[in-house]
Amino acid sequence: MKAAKWVVALVVTLLSGGQVLAADAIRIGAIFSVTGPASFLGEPERNTLVMLQDKVNAAGGVNGQQVEVIVYDDESDVNKCVMAAKKLLDQDGVSVVIGPSISGNTLAISKFFSSAEVPLVSCAAAEKIVKPVDPWVFNTPQLDRHAVTKILQNAKAKGFSKLAILTVSDGYGQAGRAVLNELIPAGGFQLVADEVYGPKDTDMTAQLTKIKGASPDAIICWGTNPGPAVVARNRVQLGLTTPLYMSHGVASDKFIELAGDAAEGLILPAGRLVAVDLVPADHPQKPVLDAYVADYAKAYNAPVSSFGGYAHDAFALVLEAVRKGGSAKAADIRDNLEKIAGFAGVSGVYTYGPENHNGLDESAFIMVTIKNGTWNVTE
Amino acid sequence: MSYRKDMIWLGCFFVLLMLAPAALPNNYFLTILILGCLHSLNAVGLCLLVGHAGQISLGHAGFYGLAAYASAWLSATAGWPVEASMLAGVALTVAVSFLIGMPSLKLKGHYLAMATLGFGIILSILFTETVDITGGPSGFVGIPRLSFFGREVKKDLALYRVVAGVLCLAVWLAFNLLHSRIGRALRALHTSEKAAQAMGVDIARYKLFVFVLSAAFSAVAGVLYAHYLTFIAPSSFGFMFSVELIVMVVLGGMVSVPGAIVGAFFVTVLPEFLRAFENIEVVLFGAILILCMMFMPDGMAGGWNRLWARVRRAWAARGASGAAHG
Repeated sequence: MKAAKWVVALVVTLLSGGQVLAADAIRIGAIFSVTGPASFLGEPERNTLVMLQDKVNAAGGVNGQQVEVIVYDDESDVNKCVMAAKKLLDQDGVSVVIGPSISGNTLAISKFFSSAEVPLVSCAAAEKIVKPVDPWVFNTPQLDRHAVTKILQNAKAKGFSKLAILTVSDGYGQAGRAVLNELIPAGGFQLVADEVYGPKDTDMTAQLTKIKGASPDAIICWGTNPGPAVVARNRVQLGLTTPLYMSHGVASDKFIELAGDAAEGLILPAGRLVAVDLVPADHPQKPVLDAYVADYAKAYNAPVSSFGGYAHDAFALVLEAVRKGGSAKAADIRDNLEKIAGFAGVSGVYTYGPENHNGLDESAFIMVTIKNGTWNVTE
Repeated sequence: MSYRKDMIWLGCFFVLLMLAPAALPNNYFLTILILGCLHSLNAVGLCLLVGHAGQISLGHAGFYGLAAYASAWLSATAGWPVEASMLAGVALTVAVSFLIGMPSLKLKGHYLAMATLGFGIILSILFTETVDITGGPSGFVGIPRLSFFGREVKKDLALYRVVAGVLCLAVWLAFNLLHSRIGRALRALHTSEKAAQAMGVDIARYKLFVFVLSAAFSAVAGVLYAHYLTFIAPSSFGFMFSVELIVMVVLGGMVSVPGAIVGAFFVTVLPEFLRAFENIEVVLFGAILILCMMFMPDGMAGGWNRLWARVRRAWAARGASGAAHG
């Protein structure tokens, strides 16, 4: 009989599990890759969102309403992501969803959001997410296009005309390669070499030797850690003095750590979050950046990452839309997101519009040079 | 069980399935029910193969996926009507399973498991790598929803009824098969292949037949899945799903069709309830499976039968003692 009681107790607990909800809260769903291969994106994003939720609620909420964030982990898996999206839409009845962390997952679920008429603010960077514009889908990270534009502006100022590119053969590298191939000729440059390396390669000497043969004025490398660090080391080993540009994909202290002395003199576009100390005090992003860095350090005793920044901005933009329209209804949030202009987040200053669901431009980046193992602004 | 008992069970099951949505608090549980039915469809086919013919397969996720991808491609890319692409998806899978089954069913025990395992992995790699056709690891987007004669099954509830109906039809087929000459031959084959052969059972033919039939069940589930979710990705059809299917059948007690269904629903629904425990979800899931196997070694069907027997015995004992006193 005792056992039976336990079983009943267990069943009751299971059935009621975690379904205690605040009566009149604004319900914001979130899907992040907190575990799995993309956890380096999802974990800071989840942490950021939880931290901001507490902060907003402690300050009395938005328009007098508390905010309730429901986070699901898609384990970096696209099917889990689809199920999480269905659950948020059908069961939790959220009025807006933030995430997912990965572009592939975002593209997989975006259709569900247009048919459910609930806005999705993605933290993934692929251009395909916002081009062509889906009325219900937004994103917050800087686009590859912005980074390439920034690099090419710098190259033009320095008088370079012949460029070589070296990209990694994964989703990130190939998306970058497509934009580079489009913008380099369009900017009046000559593309003299287009080399590719594999995501697991440990030596890029062969590609760099080929590039050397084409004698470019500068090289642009597009990849995420650890590949570009290997490229930087190989460049030094080969005695190449051709300037090397990196993508924003390696704009973190981790890269300097991996590349060591070989990182000296490399130039790359970076979000201001990477080099908060270098942002002038009168810049509109400065107070947001300082607050985010301080809060995150206090809550998690860990440094911030640009990825957490994407979630920060998504959350801030959603709340701004709620504030602006005085309504937390899905359709109103969507309409008011499109009206946001000149809103400073940690990744840049956002101006959304009916034809612009990314909201940023190349001014979201600053060009930085690595000197003495740390970041320096070059303009 | 006798044929009549089986049919009564099926009738009750059908009524239960049709009434279930009324008890659900929201639409998300309907998703779970639909997935439960699709998994059951897979499990019933596999139950015939594993439990009755005694052949193990670790490649059924491959058949499930092959049919889903074939139907998805035909309807979304080639522009076929949904009904036609579903039929073609099932037909293709049946043909492939026939070709795979012919050589590999000559293998026995672990070797057959290895062969089907290899086949499942090959298919899973195929889904991942042929990016131009399948969309690769990020999945196949934009599959049309299930429709009949140009009328789309828009509501999840209607789609659930279709899926539940198909499941009941499949169970009816399985029961009839098991109570026929073929069913008896299969049981003979499972007990002893040599003895069955000596009695004149054409074992190669029966094995192949059940293998293809179970693949067809998986294929039907696969095409329904694709046109229900309107999105598929290789990770649904990987090796782990094949193992999960075997778990459902084993949990159900191998030989029992109702057991396989209960197993399938159990494995599908349980993680939803465990989600409240967040980080230890997987551990709990494993622990529950171990407990099930410890206390119900002959599966849920067996466990239920023993429980029922015990209740009846207790009832009879009470009746007897009551009579003695009176």
